[in-house]
Amino acid sequence: MKVVSGWERLRAWFLLPAWIWMAVLFAAPFAIVIVYSLLTRGAYGGLGLPWTPENYQRLADPLYLGIVLRSFAMAAATTVICLLLGFPLALFISRAGSRKNIYLQLVILPFWTSFLVRLYAWLFLLRDTGLINTALQHLGLIHDPLPLLYNNGAVLLGLVYGYLPFMVLPVYATLERLDPALVEAAADLGAKPWPTLMHVVLPLSAPGIRAGSILVFIPALGAYLTPDLLGGGRTVLIGNLVQNQFTNARDWPFGAAISVGLMALVGVLVLLMLRRGDQEGLV
Amino acid sequence: MESILELRDLVKHFPNQRAVDGISLRIPRGGFYSLLGPSGCGKTTTLRLIAGFEQPTSGDVLLDGAVVNEQKPYQRNVSTVFQNYALFPHLTAAENIAFGLKRKNRPDIERKVREALELVRLTGKESRHPAQLSGGERQRVALARSLVLQPDVLLLDEPLAALDPKLRKQMRLELKEMQRRVGITFLLVTHDQEEALSMSDQLAVMNAGAIEQVGTPQDVYLRPRTRFVAGFLGAVNWIAGVGLRPEVTRIARTLPSNGGRFRPATVTGSVFLGNCVHVLTRLESGEDVVAEIPRDNGTYQTGEAIHVCWNPSDEMIFP
Repeated sequence: MKVVSGWERLRAWFLLPAWIWMAVLFAAPFAIVIVYSLLTRGAYGGLGLPWTPENYQRLADPLYLGIVLRSFAMAAATTVICLLLGFPLALFISRAGSRKNIYLQLVILPFWTSFLVRLYAWLFLLRDTGLINTALQHLGLIHDPLPLLYNNGAVLLGLVYGYLPFMVLPVYATLERLDPALVEAAADLGAKPWPTLMHVVLPLSAPGIRAGSILVFIPALGAYLTPDLLGGGRTVLIGNLVQNQFTNARDWPFGAAISVGLMALVGVLVLLMLRRGDQEGLV
Repeated sequence: MESILELRDLVKHFPNQRAVDGISLRIPRGGFYSLLGPSGCGKTTTLRLIAGFEQPTSGDVLLDGAVVNEQKPYQRNVSTVFQNYALFPHLTAAENIAFGLKRKNRPDIERKVREALELVRLTGKESRHPAQLSGGERQRVALARSLVLQPDVLLLDEPLAALDPKLRKQMRLELKEMQRRVGITFLLVTHDQEEALSMSDQLAVMNAGAIEQVGTPQDVYLRPRTRFVAGFLGAVNWIAGVGLRPEVTRIARTLPSNGGRFRPATVTGSVFLGNCVHVLTRLESGEDVVAEIPRDNGTYQTGEAIHVCWNPSDEMIFP
């Protein structure tokens, strides 16, 4: 009994770095952002009194609601495409036997370089004088370059590209744990491969799909770099809006209010999804 | 005799193992048949070849007279009760049972599920998920899920191994009784000789990818054809090349006069087993012999000189 409680005490100390980390790098900045969001914009940017809820009231402006909606649509589309691409890939890898680790390394390979560098690589591929357009022109398939860059499609491509591994890895983890006997049992009971996928494999990988969707949807919703570089400033999403308030518009309180609003929204969504998962976990 | 399932020179080689090495077997319709053998003897692979989870290297699987080698598992009219039941954890007991009926587009699903639940005495637990059922109940769901499809052969892969010993003995009787009631051919794979002996109408004893002997439980236990079968189905005393089961081996202080065989021996110990006693002896010729005798047949002291005796008709002789 004494050994156990000693161990428990030690374990609590192990959490200390995490607590400090969370306090200094999450709780404190978040508190600052909340304070900012309730202040008034200063005459030359900056911050000033009085306290006001006005920044939050401005969020209801149709202009900003439109941006929020567009961001949601973009994040949702990213999540769905990542799922459609990632699920078959994860399934393939989970059945790849001894080559599993090679394929997993390939999925993680992009993380070996910075995301920024990889986005610039996409710029070189997609721009009017980029690799793709030049190649198509040389082949005589097109005369004028295709508008591959600086539009919604390019942003979506970049988001899917950037976040696909976050879908593949958790889905892979659940498929990897799936008892192969269940797939055999389905076949044994008369289920062809497609019904087996729909009625057995897919429902049983729901936890991984849920985790992957959260991991893709949330960063995609707040994405800033991808829409900025591949959207060329035309596709304004929430992330760009926040950045804009803190830089060009010099409206820190409003930028802070948008950030807080986004966090609240994401928080609610994650809670809903986790609760759903808990309910399923019970049965 | 009409056979529902036939294996012809069935061979399955894995890259580094000859799992099944030329098996021929005819399994009669409507009985309880067992494949008995030690782990690694190829019995589970044989079952998987019949179910269609593995493709034979050579040879044929015939189901109801037709070669089914090319048929996928979902096309074969056999069904498997898996060792760990492989119930779908996201479906209720009733949904598990309905799974095959739905996939095969059978009519009257609701009624059949209800009847299957009654058959395995799980009425009232139909909306439980597998995690909310006991080991025995899970097994009954697995049974019902397969039986409801009315397969030509029900394949059972060590179905009792995951149960605790007490429940295991009870389920032996239940399985046997259920087979009689539904009339479907059961093919059981097991490494437990008691299980195979107590449930089977006929059994095949397997060793190293081949069949050693086929027969009724009495045949293989009382008249084993090989030393392996004799040793695998029960304990054997080997006396000058002749096999003798401990329960037909007797001990006497004075020389018997009834024409039986006997050898002088010394008691080396005794083990009390509750329903009987095992007396351990060593013959003068050096062999260790165990005699299983009734509890109240007196006690023997270690070091005591006695005679080990038996009837010639109880001898198991091998070529």
